[in-house]
Amino acid sequence: MKIPNVITAMLAGIILTLASLWFGQNHGLMPVAASEEAPLVDDLFNAMMTIAAGLFILVQGALVISIIKFRKRPGDETDAFPVDGNLSLEIVWTAIPVVIVLGLSVYSFEVYNSMGGLDPMASHDHGPHQMAMTSGAAIAAPLPGMEDTMPPATEQKIALGVGASPENQGNPADLEVNVMGLQFAWIFTYPESGVVSGELHIPAGKEVQLNIAAQDVLHAFWVPQFRLKQDAIPARTTELRFKPKVPGDYPVVCAELCGAYHGAMQTRVVVETPEDFEAWLQTQIALQKDAASQTVAMNPGELSDGEFLTPFVRDMGIDSAALEQLHPPAHHEHHNS
Amino acid sequence: MTTAGIETTVKPPEPHGESDGNNWRKYFSFSTDHKVIGIQYLVTSFLFYLIGGLLAEGVRVELATPDPDFVDPQLYNGLFTVHATVMIFLWIVPGTAGFANYVIPLAIGAKDMAFPRLNAVGFWLIPPGGILLLSSFFVGAPGAGWTSYPPLSVVGDKAGQLLWILSVLVLGTSSILGAINFLSTILKMRIPDMELNDMPLFCWAMLAASALILVSTPVLAGALILLCFDLMAGTPFFNPMAGGDPVVYQHMFWFYSHPAVYIMILPVFGMISEIIPVHARKPIFGYQAIAYSSLAISFLGLIVWAHHMFTSGTPGWLRMFFMIATMAIAVPTGIKVFSWVATIWGGKLRLNSAMLFAIGFVSMFLVGGLSGVMLASVPFDIHVHDTYFIVAHLHYVLFGGSVFGIYAAVYHWFPKMTGRMMNEFWGKVHFFLTFFGFNLCFLPMHWLGLQGMPRRVAQYNPEFATVNMVCTVGSFILAISTLPFLFNAIWSWIAGPKASANPWRALTLEWQTSSPPPVENFIEEPVLWSGPYEYGIDTLSDRQSVDELLTEVKGEV
Ligand code: HEM
Ligand SMILES: [Cu+2]
Ligand SMILES: [Cu+2]
Repeated sequence: MKIPNVITAMLAGIILTLASLWFGQNHGLMPVAASEEAPLVDDLFNAMMTIAAGLFILVQGALVISIIKFRKRPGDETDAFPVDGNLSLEIVWTAIPVVIVLGLSVYSFEVYNSMGGLDPMASHDHGPHQMAMTSGAAIAAPLPGMEDTMPPATEQKIALGVGASPENQGNPADLEVNVMGLQFAWIFTYPESGVVSGELHIPAGKEVQLNIAAQDVLHAFWVPQFRLKQDAIPARTTELRFKPKVPGDYPVVCAELCGAYHGAMQTRVVVETPEDFEAWLQTQIALQKDAASQTVAMNPGELSDGEFLTPFVRDMGIDSAALEQLHPPAHHEHHNS
Repeated sequence: MTTAGIETTVKPPEPHGESDGNNWRKYFSFSTDHKVIGIQYLVTSFLFYLIGGLLAEGVRVELATPDPDFVDPQLYNGLFTVHATVMIFLWIVPGTAGFANYVIPLAIGAKDMAFPRLNAVGFWLIPPGGILLLSSFFVGAPGAGWTSYPPLSVVGDKAGQLLWILSVLVLGTSSILGAINFLSTILKMRIPDMELNDMPLFCWAMLAASALILVSTPVLAGALILLCFDLMAGTPFFNPMAGGDPVVYQHMFWFYSHPAVYIMILPVFGMISEIIPVHARKPIFGYQAIAYSSLAISFLGLIVWAHHMFTSGTPGWLRMFFMIATMAIAVPTGIKVFSWVATIWGGKLRLNSAMLFAIGFVSMFLVGGLSGVMLASVPFDIHVHDTYFIVAHLHYVLFGGSVFGIYAAVYHWFPKMTGRMMNEFWGKVHFFLTFFGFNLCFLPMHWLGLQGMPRRVAQYNPEFATVNMVCTVGSFILAISTLPFLFNAIWSWIAGPKASANPWRALTLEWQTSSPPPVENFIEEPVLWSGPYEYGIDTLSDRQSVDELLTEVKGEV
C-alpha cells in the first residue's frame, strides 16, 4: 500500500468510528425510559446501534465508492483483474462477526439477568394448568369479595416472564397486581385490597409484580416506556416484575393480535408517587364498597360474560356499543419525548 | 434417468427454439419441460405478487390515518393475513422456484429436471392453492395473521380459516415436490465433468434451501392438520380451555417458519452470486466460503426458531439458548455480504438494471441483517417484538432482499428465457422508483416500532399519524414502480430487440445455448470450458481470454 493510501484508510477508519459512536448515543429513537430496567435495555440498544452504524457505513461506503470508482469506463470492454479470494481477509471478516456476536450475547445475557429474566421463579415452564376449576365464571380475575378463591398474594407462584432482579430474588414484590387480558380490554386487580380497575396505577420506586393471564385468546402486555412485554396466555400465568421510576402517564398496549379491535386494546399506566398511589387506592376501595353492596347477592357463575363484565366495562369507560362503532377509545395523553 | 421416457412423447426438437417459443398454448398446458414450467411459475407468482401488492395498499390506506375508517376491522385483519400469505407462499417461494426450475438444469448441462412430471404437478398445485386462499374473501377472510396462532385462529370464522389451512397445505406440498426435484437434479444430473465445487453457487444455494424445505415443511403440515382438527372437530390440541397448549403450536409453526425465511432468501443469495460476477466482470470472491456458508445457514436455521417467541410462554434458559444460536447465524450471513462487496470492489461494473438491483439487494439486505442481529438480543427483542420494528426488519430482508434479488434475476435471465432484451432505460426508472419508494415506506417503521406502535392494528395513537402517512406515500410510490417493470417486460417479450445466446458474456452453461434454448436445452452435449466465474483471465497473459473462450464455445452452439 502506498503511504497516502494508508493515511486515507486510517482517516476513513477514524471518521467511521467517530460517526458510529456519535450515532449510537444520539439516535434518539427510544421513548422516555420510565423504569429501572429500561436504561439497561437502552444502553444495550445503543451499543448495538454503534456497531450497526459502523458496519452500515463500512459496507454502504464500499458499495458507493465502487459505483463511482469501479464503474465501467466507456469503451472498455475488458474484464477486471481477477481476484477470487484472499484467505486472510476472509478469516478477518469471519472472526470479527464472531467476536461481535459473542460479545453481544454475553452483554445481552448480563442485561437479561439483571432485569430478572433468569429468576428461577420466572423462568421455568410448568406447562399449562387446567382451566376447569375456573369454569363457570371462566374468568380468573377475582371479583371484589371473591379474593379468597385466589392464592394469597404472598404465596410464591412460579410463572414465566421477567422476574425479580438477582438482588431481590426470593423476596416478594412490594406490590402485586393481577392483570387479565380479554377481548379487548385489560383488567387490573389489586389482590391485597380487592380493587379492580381498568387503568394500572403503580407507585414509583417500588417493586411491582404483574401476574398476567388471558381469558380468551393470546394478548401481550406492553409498556414501551418500561421496555417490557409479556404475552398473556390462557391457562398459563406469566409475570413481569420491575421497578417503575419516572412518574407519568404511559400507554399499556396489547401487542399480540387478538381480534378485530386489537388496535383499540389500550389503556394507560399511571406511575405516581407512593402517596398519590395510596390516595388513589383508598378512593378506589371506597368506590368499590358502594358498588359491591349492590351486587353482593349475584353469583358470577350464573352470569353471561357480558353481564359479568358490565360493571368493569362501565368503570373503564368502554362499552360494547362504543366498540361496535369502530371508534378508537379516547387516546390518553402520555409522555413520549 | 426418467427423462428418457418423457422425451419420446415430446414433439421432435426443432433446431431453433424461437419458432417453438411462439406457441403460447404450451404455457397453459401440463408441460413437463422445465423451461415452460419455470416460466409458468414466474408468471403465475408475479400475478399473485400484484394481488398481494393490492392487498398491501389496502392495509396502507387504512393506516394513512389513525382512525379505523377505510375498511371494517375484521376485513382489515383479513387483508394483512392474506397479504402475507400470498407474498410468502404464492410469490417469493414459487417465484424463486421458477428461476431454479428454469436455470438449474441449463446451468448444470442437463436436459430437464430429474422428475419432469412431478415438476409439473408441483407447479399445477400453485393455482388451486392460490384460488383457495383468495376465495376466502367470499366467506370471511382468515384474520389471525399469517402465523394463525390459536386460540384466535380457531374461535373466529371457520370457513375462511379452513380455506387458509387447506391452501397452505397445498402450497407446502408443492414446495416439497419442488425440493425433492431440485436435490435430485443437482446431485444426479450434472454433466460428468462438473464436480460439486464446479457448480454455480445458485446450485449450492438450492441444495441448502431444498434440504430446509424437506426437513421443516412436514412439521408445518403437522401443525396445520392439528389446527384444522381443533377448528373443525373441536379437538383440544391447542385449546387451553380443554387442556391443550397454544404454545406448542407456536413451536411447531416456527420450526417451519423460521427456516421458511431462509427458504425465501437462500435461492436469492444464490442468484445474486451468479449475477454480480457477470456484471462486475470479476470472479466471485471466496467461492467456497459462499458455498459452505449456505450449508451453515441451512443447519443453523433449524435451531433458532424460538427467537420468534421471546415474549411467549418460554422459560429464560430457552430464550438465552435461542438468542445465542440466532446471533451465530449472523456469521455465515456476514460472510456472504462481505464476499459480494469484495466481488464488486475492483470490478468493471456494468451498472445495468440487473446489476443495480443486485447492488440494491446487498445494500438493503444489510439493513435487515443488522436489525436481525439486534432482534436476536432478548432484552431488546422484548421491547420491539410484535411492533412495527419487526415489520421494518422483515420487509428489509424480504422486500429489500428477496424481491430486489428476484428483480435482478428477471433483468439478468430475461434474454435467455424470451430471446429478447429488456429496455434498460425503463429498467433503471423501475429501480430508482423501487429503491426510493421502498425506503420511504419501510425505513420510518423502525422508529414507529421503537416508539410504541404495535403491528397488526387498524388504528393507532395520533402521535404516529405523520410518519404513517409518509409510509403510505412510500407504498404508493412502490405500487407505481411496478408499472414501468410490467410494461417493459410485456413489451420486451413481444417486441424487444432480439437477444444473442450470451448477451452478458457470461460463463455459466445456460449461456452456451441459444436464447431461448431449444426444447432439449443443448443441441450438442455442453462442455465445461471453464469454471463458472473465471472472469478477467484475459488480464493474465498466459490464459485464453474470456472472449476467445466464448467464441470457441459459440462455434459449437
Ligand atoms: C442476520 C440474519 C437474521 C437474524 C439474526 C434475524 C432475526 C430475527 C428475529 C430474532 C426475529 C423475531 C423478532 C420478533 O418477532 O420479535 C425475526 C423476525 C423475522 N425475520 Fe429475521 N433475522 C435474520 C434474517 C432474516 C431473513 C434473511 C429473513 C427473510 C428473508 C427474515 C425474515 C423475518 C421475518 C418474516 C420475521 C417476522 C416473522 C413474523 O413475526 O411474522 N429474517 N428475525
Ligand atoms: Cu390485542
Ligand atoms: Cu426467524
